[in-house]
Amino acid sequence: MDAEISTEYALASRKFEIEFQLLIEAILQLYHYDFRDYAPASMRRRVKSALVRFECASLSQLQDRVVREPKVFHALLDHLTVQVSEMFRDPGYFRALREHVVPMLRTYPSLKIWVAGCSAGEEAYSLAILLREEGLLARSLIYATDINPHTLQRAEAGIYAIDRIAGFTVNHRQSGAGSSLSDYYTAAYGRAIFDKTLREHIVFSDHSLATDSVFAEVQLVSCRNVLIYFNRTLQDRALELFRDSLCRNGFLGLGSKESLRFSAQAAAFVPFVREAMIYQKARAT
Amino acid sequence: MNIEDARRAPIDAVVIGASAGGVLALSTLLPALPAQTKAAVFVVLHLPRDRPSLLVEVFSHKCALEVREAQDKEPVAPGAIYFAPPDYHLLLEEGPHLALSADDLVHHSRPSIDVLFESAADVYRRRLIGIILSGANEDGAAGLAAVHDAGGITVVQAPDTAQSSLMILAALQLRPPDLVLTLDQIAQLLRDLGSNTSRTA
Repeated sequence: MDAEISTEYALASRKFEIEFQLLIEAILQLYHYDFRDYAPASMRRRVKSALVRFECASLSQLQDRVVREPKVFHALLDHLTVQVSEMFRDPGYFRALREHVVPMLRTYPSLKIWVAGCSAGEEAYSLAILLREEGLLARSLIYATDINPHTLQRAEAGIYAIDRIAGFTVNHRQSGAGSSLSDYYTAAYGRAIFDKTLREHIVFSDHSLATDSVFAEVQLVSCRNVLIYFNRTLQDRALELFRDSLCRNGFLGLGSKESLRFSAQAAAFVPFVREAMIYQKARAT
Repeated sequence: MNIEDARRAPIDAVVIGASAGGVLALSTLLPALPAQTKAAVFVVLHLPRDRPSLLVEVFSHKCALEVREAQDKEPVAPGAIYFAPPDYHLLLEEGPHLALSADDLVHHSRPSIDVLFESAADVYRRRLIGIILSGANEDGAAGLAAVHDAGGITVVQAPDTAQSSLMILAALQLRPPDLVLTLDQIAQLLRDLGSNTSRTA
């Protein structure tokens, strides 16, 4: 037996690790969601907190329920993947898009933009609003993709709790907006419903960065705080997809603490607005 | 365990958690680390989530070690001090390398001390020291217990010497730490660690 397994803690972690792998494998085989290359530390935390939420004493117990009850699987999928984001999160990113990327986007007769890992749609609607303010939405199509069908439904509805709007409004103003956020939603019954005409320019669709491939040629990929949940192998796969999806000189926007420095795909992109984590596809050599 | 045992332990990493009153405490501790320190140091300090942190600038000037803001997937360099960026959790992965997450707040905090300590305990096990300093919430208690359970050394600042003792008391209550020390004693321990790990290396 492994000499490492000398203490109770080591043994408990080893058992947890085995059960964790088995759970991931069961999900892959039965439901075709591939979590094998997710960053393990965050994944372990989420799975541990799922034990509390689903009132299971062990991961084996949770696995049993996941295998037998599709409902439990879908609730677990929400638990493992749902990201709480904000509209215009990191306003500096949107300001940089406005000031440096939009002038380039203007030169295209029609625009395709990909929001990869769109969760509940905050980022997709933010971009739609920004494009409308810049007079580009009419010729734009935004693909907003996620692996979770339940989240996609919520994203498509474009409805957010009204208590989140104050924060969105501050972010929006700081993004250099030329209009008021209230122009884009109707408040009713404690909820804010975003303008349907924004949604007409967004296609919400099921796409996995782990298992699916290129589906369109786009001028901008915005994928923020998604790659931090992947290990390097999957991160590289996703970046390769982005590279292959981007047109010549296309743009890639990442989260404020995501760096390409440690990726095998680092050479495929060059910094465009460094402090805002906006990159441009490198010329083929 | 006494401070002599702790001093002799082979240590690869130190995790430090602090909140209210933490900057002052860190200003005593981090500059005490000598240039030849081999252990990597990871720090979570609760800060406002909506603005960039000045910690790296502030501490770079005071410390012999390199001070960085943690980046996702960055390999851990021995003898570097890493601060968790505002509004992200900092975690350790096998390698070891750093990982960030934007998962929910833990104890109203992101970064959370528990998140850092628990993931560091998984990676470093007994070659880890966890230290809880001044702070006014309960984040860190579960994390320090994880460091203890994994065989690491646990230290809290003596509560009567902290600007805010709530965080320390929560940790004391959950799992009695190996050592309760003044800032000067913790600084001394960290200084000696540097020379010890270089001898065993």
